[in-house]
Amino acid sequence: MSPRISELWVYLAASPLLGLTFTLLAYQGALFVNKRCHAHPLANPVLLAVAVVVMALWATGTPYRTYFDGAQFVHFLLGPATVALAIPLYAQLGRLKRMAVPLLVALLAGSITAACSAVLIGRLFGASAATLLSLAPKSVTTPIAMGIAEHLGGLPSLTAVLVILTGILGAVGANGVYALLKIDDPAVRGFALGTASHGIGTARAFQVNEQTGAFSALAMGLNGLLTALLLPWLMPLLLRGLG
Amino acid sequence: MLKAITLLLLFQLAGEAISLLLKLPIPGPVIGMALLFAVLALRGGPGIELRETAQQLLQHLSLLFVPAGVGVMLHWQRMADEWLPIVVSLVASTFVTIAVTAWVLRALIRHGLKQDTMDPLP
Repeated sequence: MSPRISELWVYLAASPLLGLTFTLLAYQGALFVNKRCHAHPLANPVLLAVAVVVMALWATGTPYRTYFDGAQFVHFLLGPATVALAIPLYAQLGRLKRMAVPLLVALLAGSITAACSAVLIGRLFGASAATLLSLAPKSVTTPIAMGIAEHLGGLPSLTAVLVILTGILGAVGANGVYALLKIDDPAVRGFALGTASHGIGTARAFQVNEQTGAFSALAMGLNGLLTALLLPWLMPLLLRGLG
Repeated sequence: MLKAITLLLLFQLAGEAISLLLKLPIPGPVIGMALLFAVLALRGGPGIELRETAQQLLQHLSLLFVPAGVGVMLHWQRMADEWLPIVVSLVASTFVTIAVTAWVLRALIRHGLKQDTMDPLP
């Protein structure tokens, strides 16, 4: 690089502008590819955008901290977006009231399955205690999961990554599970996806239709609450006998 | 737009305050969501401005996960050391959770339909 360009790079790389702009560009590129693939679940926008940003940061030797200084403005919007989920939820109020008992029972089953299966399978295959504690809240939306992991003594930033991988897996694979079990009610599809795969599942569910999205958002919110209450009790049992 | 954003932030703020003051393990935004839902249920629904703003924000929900997702690069060593338990656990647990939740919910709905006639689904 000529001295001028490298000076410019040093300046831009240190300002939040570059990280923020690049995040938006990568995401819109990912949306474009997703559209060209007819919204195929494997062309998941989060997966594509994260891959592009990670490769760009590696190629330029930019540390994550520097990138996050810019990207935090996007990250911040997770809070108000979580609050905004109350609105599609409200649109399903009538159906929610009618289905309250089945929904709560299914939620309890799903929430316990998510945490227990993740920790026990991880243990079976020899994961360390810190990894297990970070895995436990993997089905819960990022801000809640990070809070839970911190509370339990896991690694919040590792949890964030595991949560996002879980979300992508659910968004990519849910249709296969539904085909296998012959599940076609959009409310059931949405609720199960939101329980297992939180916000990324919900984002995928909103792509399918509004009703699937609303039930997914409901499940995500309720599972966040329930997991936060359950895990402090469950974890000592699941980790019993581990050093 | 501006009013709606302010409203969302106010509910988040109320949620954060409740979470801190009562030392709840539930994060503020989730309490904020529950509060807003309760207010909407009491008042009979959101205004058009709030509905449109929420729709715009949620349409690009995926974007908001990108910064945290890029954090994968901080954990490369641990992921390399423990890739097998992590991959097996994530894949199996996610699909088992989807299957269990969907199966239980469908079974309960069918059971309920047999017992009493429900309104036709919207």
